[in-house]
Amino acid sequence: MSSDLLTPSLAGNSVLIRANPLSKLFAAVVITGVVMLSIDWVSAAVALTFEILLMPLLGISMRGLLLRAWPLLIAALVAAYGTALLAEKTGAVLLHVGPVLFTEGSVAAGIAIGLRGLALALPGIFLAVSTDPTDLADALAQKLHAPHRFVLGALAAVRLVGLLVEQWQTLGLARHARGAGAEGNALVRTRNFLGQAFGLIVQAIRRATRLAVAMEARGFGAAERTWARKSTFSPVDAWVAAVGLGIAAGAATAAVLAGTWTFLLS
Amino acid sequence: MIRYSTDPVAVTASNWGWRHAGRSRFAVRKLDLDIQPGERVLLLGASGAGKSTLLAALAGVLGNDDEGEQEGSLLLDGGSPASRRGRAGLVLQDPDSQVVLARVGDEVAFGAENLAVPRAEIWKRVHRALDDVGLDVPLDRSTSALSGGQKQRLALASVLAMQPGLLLLDEPTANLDPQGVIEVRDAVVRVLERTAATLVVVEHRVEVWANVVDRVVVLGPDGGILADGTPAEVLGEEAARRSLAGAGVWVPGWKPEVEGHLPGTAGDPLLSTRGLAVARTRRGAEVLTGVDLELSAASALSIVGPNGAGKSTLALTLAGLLKPRRGRVTAEALLECGAGADPARWRSAELVQRIGTVFQEPEHQFLTSTVADELEFGPRRVTREPESSFRPRTSDLAERLRLVHLLTANPFTLSGGEKRRLSVATMLATSPDILVLDEPTFGQDAVTWAELVGLLRGLVSGGGCVVSVTHDADFTEALGNRILDVRAGGVVQRGTP
Amino acid sequence: MATIKTLPGNRSRSLEWRVVDIVVASVIAVAVGVVFFAWSAGYSLISGITAAFPPIGGLYVGGWLIAGVLGGLIIRKPGAAIYCEVLAAIVSMALGTQWGLLVILSGAIQGLGAELVFLLFLYRRWNLGVALLAGLGAGLALAISENILYNALWAVDWQLLYVLFAAISGVGIAGALSWLAMRGLAKTGVLSSFAAGRTADV
Repeated sequence: MSSDLLTPSLAGNSVLIRANPLSKLFAAVVITGVVMLSIDWVSAAVALTFEILLMPLLGISMRGLLLRAWPLLIAALVAAYGTALLAEKTGAVLLHVGPVLFTEGSVAAGIAIGLRGLALALPGIFLAVSTDPTDLADALAQKLHAPHRFVLGALAAVRLVGLLVEQWQTLGLARHARGAGAEGNALVRTRNFLGQAFGLIVQAIRRATRLAVAMEARGFGAAERTWARKSTFSPVDAWVAAVGLGIAAGAATAAVLAGTWTFLLS
Repeated sequence: MIRYSTDPVAVTASNWGWRHAGRSRFAVRKLDLDIQPGERVLLLGASGAGKSTLLAALAGVLGNDDEGEQEGSLLLDGGSPASRRGRAGLVLQDPDSQVVLARVGDEVAFGAENLAVPRAEIWKRVHRALDDVGLDVPLDRSTSALSGGQKQRLALASVLAMQPGLLLLDEPTANLDPQGVIEVRDAVVRVLERTAATLVVVEHRVEVWANVVDRVVVLGPDGGILADGTPAEVLGEEAARRSLAGAGVWVPGWKPEVEGHLPGTAGDPLLSTRGLAVARTRRGAEVLTGVDLELSAASALSIVGPNGAGKSTLALTLAGLLKPRRGRVTAEALLECGAGADPARWRSAELVQRIGTVFQEPEHQFLTSTVADELEFGPRRVTREPESSFRPRTSDLAERLRLVHLLTANPFTLSGGEKRRLSVATMLATSPDILVLDEPTFGQDAVTWAELVGLLRGLVSGGGCVVSVTHDADFTEALGNRILDVRAGGVVQRGTP
Repeated sequence: MATIKTLPGNRSRSLEWRVVDIVVASVIAVAVGVVFFAWSAGYSLISGITAAFPPIGGLYVGGWLIAGVLGGLIIRKPGAAIYCEVLAAIVSMALGTQWGLLVILSGAIQGLGAELVFLLFLYRRWNLGVALLAGLGAGLALAISENILYNALWAVDWQLLYVLFAAISGVGIAGALSWLAMRGLAKTGVLSSFAAGRTADV
């Protein structure tokens, strides 16, 4: 059912499914944080290696990952190419065609950026494929004490992603039927696109306003509320958090020992 | 039999009125109304009489001084509705825009959670409420996988879990197919038997509720109350019936008069299908296979069948908006006029002159910021001629569909009936040979219904072809009863062309 | 019920969030996320050009910033720009996947860029100028943070060019389009629950 676009695609009894969303979030944040803080190929490569090695344990197959996340590979390649093109040109010249100049230094920089992009993205993907938004909202509100009105408002809106995607398709057909289809030159197409986007936002706000009435009519918005399902931690969560910390520490240590650690703001 | 520990609520309105912020006119005014605990009230009135505003006020969701201005008083058990949180439960018309959460169990629990009911008690209430509305699905079932009728019963269950003493239903069955209407009505009856809660229901189709309620209240278009009494008193009296019918209410045992006649014989063929299989998306599942049919000039066809059988997908494919999954849709020479035999390959501007499609939600097809521009959009797309070449036609359409006084209005601000009329008019502006309509009478009052049917009959007798996806048996009959019955992947034709 | 207290006769509107503010802000963010996803999916040509010469991509980023500016203009409550931009970022992460968790940080920074402009005008002015400035703020915040987080190894000249392009895009796309959308939405009547849909200063 396309309305459930954002429900986790991972099934079964893997570690990630059993863990509380917060421990997964914690692990993903520390790994992302360390990889973010330094731009060097060692920390990125170490983190990426651990992430890939852990996949079987997490219940994620390489095939499933590639099916879902192939744009990630392209994005990493593009980022690597862009940096190699635009970085300071140090070292020997590797390629020089017209305005395009790649040197050893710039290509090394590109490789570091590409690896770092992959290492940054994977934790987010692991989180996305294994976490039900409802469970995440429960954990954020109950364990982290995030303001529940905002957490639940966002949760209700996220449920609408699938409906809005369907509505986008319907709007496209409805406009084609009126004589405003996705055809013609770039200017006409852009104008049609903007019109369709406006139509979607009108429908979205109408729906949201009605939804707000329905939620308020069911008592939503008061300061105190209870939770039908309790968000709990188990020993698995300690493991998930510890492994996350371990990978982050390992990546940082390796880069410092190798002398490649380059702090982001330096 | 389980009875909830809910005390039914009493409602008292004294000279009550409400004006939405930014509007000059009061939505409701000079309302004096007493509803006894446990009474079951059907609330009627013309569109714009303020029925929904009154229900929102009773549910305590109209807001504060920022949202509007209040006159007089409206009390639940002697207190303001806002101070009686959880005492009133509101079910709205649109099944899709009142689902909050992704799983059935969570959805029902939501209201009780907001009232800070203890966890163990919440789950007892969830099971009882689902049982009461007869919704027998697992608690972790996705709410978006339910049918319209199931969603409305879910909304009812969600409200019941708050154990309200006042049930407010705002056209709860207007967007449902006949099966869904019965499901929801029966669920409400069962709930009322168990809870004795006070009921206020708003609905155009009176016969659904006439046997359930013990009182009918009719709001006047300019404030106050037009009629108030038992169903027999209010609906039995001729003057009252006439004034209700004039206001667009579907009075039981009465059918709106429709103008125009249908021609006896169909004309030349326009479009045919051979071994057609349809699917909503390029890779989606085939919802319907083996459709062989022919559409001719001066004929009307109604596509009927249960929800999910692929009626709308078939209609969109016939309309040239979706590519056939298998088989062929072929436009005859009379229709295609040089555009090619496959409607799915026509450009937008070619399509609007040949096949028009009226979507279920009129707003999906609004493209401009005034009604006048909306009417002229299609003609401008297909002709380079000056405005004078199509003005007569669009002016005539505006007149026939009573849109003249709205020409400068923004299409999105029109009433439901006006939007429906405009969406049909915009399609007719480019004079297509075939008009495809998806649930054209859903949620429409009797006045708009009769206008629409009259117009479509006129089209057919003028040589047009009208194809409608519909659940409305009266509509099907008024258009000559030629039916394509779609169920479980196959089709059966009934009626003579 | 949303708990808002306005004193009788007090003309200034409450800055506290009502339920309808929260829900509509959330859905705007999600809808903009869906629109931008459709935009990216349909315009691979542009992606090809930006891939060949990345700073050009700066001209394209304004689309990312619409959620924050539009949310701020419609909801008119403190934090609306940041909230909408963060939620839109989360949705695009879930739909697209090629940006990790950092996209949430980026969303917060971009939202902050617009939010600071609205704050500068004390959440009282909502005209075209403020909208364009909010777009500019968001564009600058985006370019500077992207330069630090992702483009750090580019030569400084290219980084500055990226800032310039992103600023233009922020003003032109996020600022101007959001303002036009807000005006158009007000005319449709869907904003009747909001000051944006009722006041004449739109």
